[in-house]
Amino acid sequence: MTAPLCIGFIPLVDAAALIVAVDKGFAGAEGLDVTLVREVSWSNVRDKLNIGLFDAAHLLAPVAIASSLGLGHVKVPIAAPFNLGLNGNAITVSPSLHAALMEAIDGDRLDPMATARALARVVAKRRKSGAQPLTFGMTFPFSTHNYQLRFWMAAGGVDPDEDVQLVVLPPPYMVDSLANGHVDAFCVGAPWNSIAVDLGIGHILHFVADILHNAVEKVLALRQDWSEKHPDLVTALVRAHLRASEFIEQPENRTEVAQILAQPARIGVDASVIQRTLDGRLKVSPDGTMRESNRYLLLGREAAGRPDPAQAAWLYAQMVRWGQTPFKPEALRAAMAVFRPELFDAASGRPASAPNAIGAFAGPPFDPEDVSAHLAAFEIGRWKP
Amino acid sequence: MSAESSPKIVIVDESPIRAAILEEGLREAGYTGVVHISEMQSLLARIYALDPDIIVIDLENPSRDVLEQMFQVSRAVRRPIAMFVDQSDAASIQASVEAGVSAYIVDGLKKERIKPILDLCVSRFNAFAKLQDELDRTKHALEERKVIDRAKGILMKVKGLTEEEAYVLMRSTAMREKKKIGEIAQSILTASELLK
Repeated sequence: MTAPLCIGFIPLVDAAALIVAVDKGFAGAEGLDVTLVREVSWSNVRDKLNIGLFDAAHLLAPVAIASSLGLGHVKVPIAAPFNLGLNGNAITVSPSLHAALMEAIDGDRLDPMATARALARVVAKRRKSGAQPLTFGMTFPFSTHNYQLRFWMAAGGVDPDEDVQLVVLPPPYMVDSLANGHVDAFCVGAPWNSIAVDLGIGHILHFVADILHNAVEKVLALRQDWSEKHPDLVTALVRAHLRASEFIEQPENRTEVAQILAQPARIGVDASVIQRTLDGRLKVSPDGTMRESNRYLLLGREAAGRPDPAQAAWLYAQMVRWGQTPFKPEALRAAMAVFRPELFDAASGRPASAPNAIGAFAGPPFDPEDVSAHLAAFEIGRWKP
Repeated sequence: MSAESSPKIVIVDESPIRAAILEEGLREAGYTGVVHISEMQSLLARIYALDPDIIVIDLENPSRDVLEQMFQVSRAVRRPIAMFVDQSDAASIQASVEAGVSAYIVDGLKKERIKPILDLCVSRFNAFAKLQDELDRTKHALEERKVIDRAKGILMKVKGLTEEEAYVLMRSTAMREKKKIGEIAQSILTASELLK
């Protein structure tokens, strides 16, 4: 018997496992009859999952946590048994901001501390000359993009709430907004950074892996009560997506995967742009400069799919650091409980792998048992002990 | 009407027809302060300038995520805005999401004043979807009619049939093959194109 399931997604490359699971039959092989529904906003994905129009969803990891804690919206506990991807975001800046940063930089341009300090100098210079504060686009208040931008610039001495403006922009509007000067930079997932570079209107300044060695990005999100009622479906979903993500990571499958993802009803952009992001080989400048990184986007390798509660704790700590919620030990525990490695292990049938360290470029190593130490380590933030 | 009895409502919708249907409905119900925004550039700045009590946005609009930023504590926002953060409103949320509309409410507005507005939005959105559906079906029927007429013409010419005989032939073929007459007509057009 096949189980009909409805899964919502946003057209981004890290929806790859969801799309490949359906289009290459991995979901069918697990007895799942999945209908994928393409959505236009994270708010829609969250709401349709919450009220049961979706059985599962491609969701920003921080939205899964915020929903479970009732931050900003209705409280609906979420279970995340599978990571749809680690990393995958990049920071892209306009040609003029890029030129200003390169003029101000003292050190390696791939070193996020050097670029963040350069940004602080650019910000100070602009303030002196009375110029408008720089504007950075990101995808959602509870987004990895928001926290990654903030973590990076604050390490260089830029206060993201005082010195610059952060604005929410839907990913499909990012490129236009950079082109027409509405924003000076943005942090977004694939393929939008590459599209800006191809159009000659942006430079990729950083891969997110420069800022955090391993950063959970999107999760397969289920309502917790649904997951408790349907343990067999949870197992089948995890297995289908684990297989799909491993299929995607085989270099010989990449061309086929890029073509599947490129279809108009799926991501709907050129297959070659998608393949670059899967290969981690990106054009970073309109002059054709390439940059390669095996950490750009991790799907089915290095146990990327296994949820790590320490990652949830890190995201919760960012919500606290930036004043989205006061620190509460019970909320920290609830945030960590959203990530369900035991469901992943039960479905994969593999021995539990050691979690990947977050590996931030600034501050002490992150300890989920001591979030206060993490918060106290940074000068800039809205958190008060 | 005083500000107390007529909250300021902003409609964010890129479809001018749907926005007009909604605006008309709200005005008929006595809500006079209705403003429509169709341009998504600088959406937040425009909303802050209008300072509405209620914002209505269609769910096909990616800018819904932009509105979520209003929940954040920020110097730019005068009053926090929340969309039915009460669990008891699950049914309202479900009805509005299914209709394809979402509403954001400024904190402090009483629930009993919001409910009729949201209900009206939901029914107008559903009415628009029904209209759209009817329009699509009419368009489809017209197109099918054209295809059938052209196929009839081909049969009349090639087989020397009268108009009625041509139609009866297509209809009986459709019944025999358990297909729609439009599909049979389309196959005739395709075949005649290939045999040209």
